[in-house]
Amino acid sequence: MISLKIAWRFLRSGKAQTLLIVIGIGIAISVQLFVGLLINSLQINLVQSTTGNSPHITISSAVEDVTISRWETMYDNIAGIPEVAAVAVSASSNAFVQKGDNTEPVLVRGFDFTDADAIYNFSEAIYRGEPYRSRRDVLVGKELAEELELEVNDRLVVVLPSGTESTYRIAGLFDVGVASVNKSWVITRLATAQDIFGYGNRINAIDVTVVDLFNADVVATRIKQSLNDEDLKVENWKQLNQDLLSALQSQQLSSLMIQAFILLSVVIAISSILAITVFQKSRQIGILKAMGIKDRTASLIFIFQGLILGLAGSLTGVGIGVGLFWSFVNFATTPDGGPVVPYYVETSFVLLSWGIALVAAVLAGVIPARRSLKLNPIDVIREG
Amino acid sequence: MAEVIKLEKIDKIYRGAGDTQVLFGIDLSFDEGSFNAIVGESGSGKSTLMNIIGTLDVPSSGKVYINNTRTDVLSHDKLAELRNQTIGFVFQFHYLLPEFTALENVLIPCLIEHGRADKHIRERADELFELAGISKIRNNLAPNMSGGQQQRTAIIRALINDPRIILADEPTGNLDTSTTASIYTLFRQINQAYKTTFVIVTHDRKIAEQTDRIVEIKDGRIEMDVRK
Repeated sequence: MISLKIAWRFLRSGKAQTLLIVIGIGIAISVQLFVGLLINSLQINLVQSTTGNSPHITISSAVEDVTISRWETMYDNIAGIPEVAAVAVSASSNAFVQKGDNTEPVLVRGFDFTDADAIYNFSEAIYRGEPYRSRRDVLVGKELAEELELEVNDRLVVVLPSGTESTYRIAGLFDVGVASVNKSWVITRLATAQDIFGYGNRINAIDVTVVDLFNADVVATRIKQSLNDEDLKVENWKQLNQDLLSALQSQQLSSLMIQAFILLSVVIAISSILAITVFQKSRQIGILKAMGIKDRTASLIFIFQGLILGLAGSLTGVGIGVGLFWSFVNFATTPDGGPVVPYYVETSFVLLSWGIALVAAVLAGVIPARRSLKLNPIDVIREG
Repeated sequence: MAEVIKLEKIDKIYRGAGDTQVLFGIDLSFDEGSFNAIVGESGSGKSTLMNIIGTLDVPSSGKVYINNTRTDVLSHDKLAELRNQTIGFVFQFHYLLPEFTALENVLIPCLIEHGRADKHIRERADELFELAGISKIRNNLAPNMSGGQQQRTAIIRALINDPRIILADEPTGNLDTSTTASIYTLFRQINQAYKTTFVIVTHDRKIAEQTDRIVEIKDGRIEMDVRK
């Protein structure tokens, strides 16, 4: 391929100029990638801290303080939806706990441990003790335990608003990373909670997580349709976090705009540099045409120059960009030593950026290629 | 002998604020394997005439035949093919590509035609380098050669595709006397060895006198046409 060979030689003959262009493209692409990766990771971080270890969809009674009966069929139906990752039912109500003279308000929640674990990840959150086994076992959160100086195997007195008292054994202490939950939740078996509150077989809520959390609203609608019960309300995290979502959306948009402008500047830079090359190499192109190179083949030289510059520049950019992001994650840390943002590199995003940069570089070669089409050998020869 | 170049009633007018006519009804033909000179004062139109023969320029009217093919009506691509395979150019400036070595420059017309240079063509290049006496500098980059070596390389490049015609426009205009003499000796050798038709444009009568036919152009018209 003579065009490729000539393009390569033209670039090699001006090593300093070529290197400068490659570095220029590299820096631009690396900034574009860095911005993209950073914003992606920030968003993932934000969404995860909003939804992490909590249900994406919650089904409860439309009327407050009304419990749900005949929930087993609903449970089976919801668990049967392919997009659903986990389902757990709960029986909960407010109560107080007592230790000595101290009394704290709590929310007693009864779960099937395995079901709830799939949503709340309790087994990892238990930092002392073990999951509840018997019907008199409870789990207590870290903040509540500290407040009342509770330890594993301590007795805990639970007082209902009606005044009824019952005593339980603390099987374990948990830390889910959310202070309000750690301070107010007392977790026990579903049957125990149902007993305390006199619910019989009834429950308060069905918690659901979905495979793709951004699909939660669609799955929620499906669940609502399949339940077909006006007395139940189905809420999803997106509907409860509208502000966050619109903030994420505008962040995404501004990130895309920044990236688009960076790419545009890359195209303009390559294009103008190659346009200068056409001028610099017009004598060579003219003589090649006199020797019989066809216009199209001659113009391909500049397309190939764009391709080579784009390939080298974008690869450099991907290397620098990912490296920069890696360093940022490793060196920019919060006071407790954790990274400010998690290291999350979406390969498809990196490949897409690389591909766009490459296509942009080739397109940038089109303008000078068209200019070279007009070059007439006779003009070069007449000028001498 | 067959006519390899034939011009019929060639006019050339440069359009502009005031039109300038530089060639007036030129009728001219060259035989295959002949060794010719076109002479004339500067501005006489001789270079324009050569560019029209070489299909680099088009006549305002008239017909041009190269190898019995009418060229003034061919497309850009067809003309490029014709130049690549039939005509070798040698200009006053060597126009070698500075990014390539002497050998690579020489092989370019072949790469344009075939995309690659096979063993046969490399052997031909070796033979021509030998004939031109510059085998030693074949791997030098163009800027690292003397004027004479550059011009000899340009001549080898013009010959590599075994063209039927060599068009040379003041090929020794930038060279000293002894180099000039050796270049013309080389032209003669090639003419005799490969039966290549030569048309040499020069303003130097002494050089012209070494050819077999002198066509003199004056003010865009053929003033004289002498064969030995």
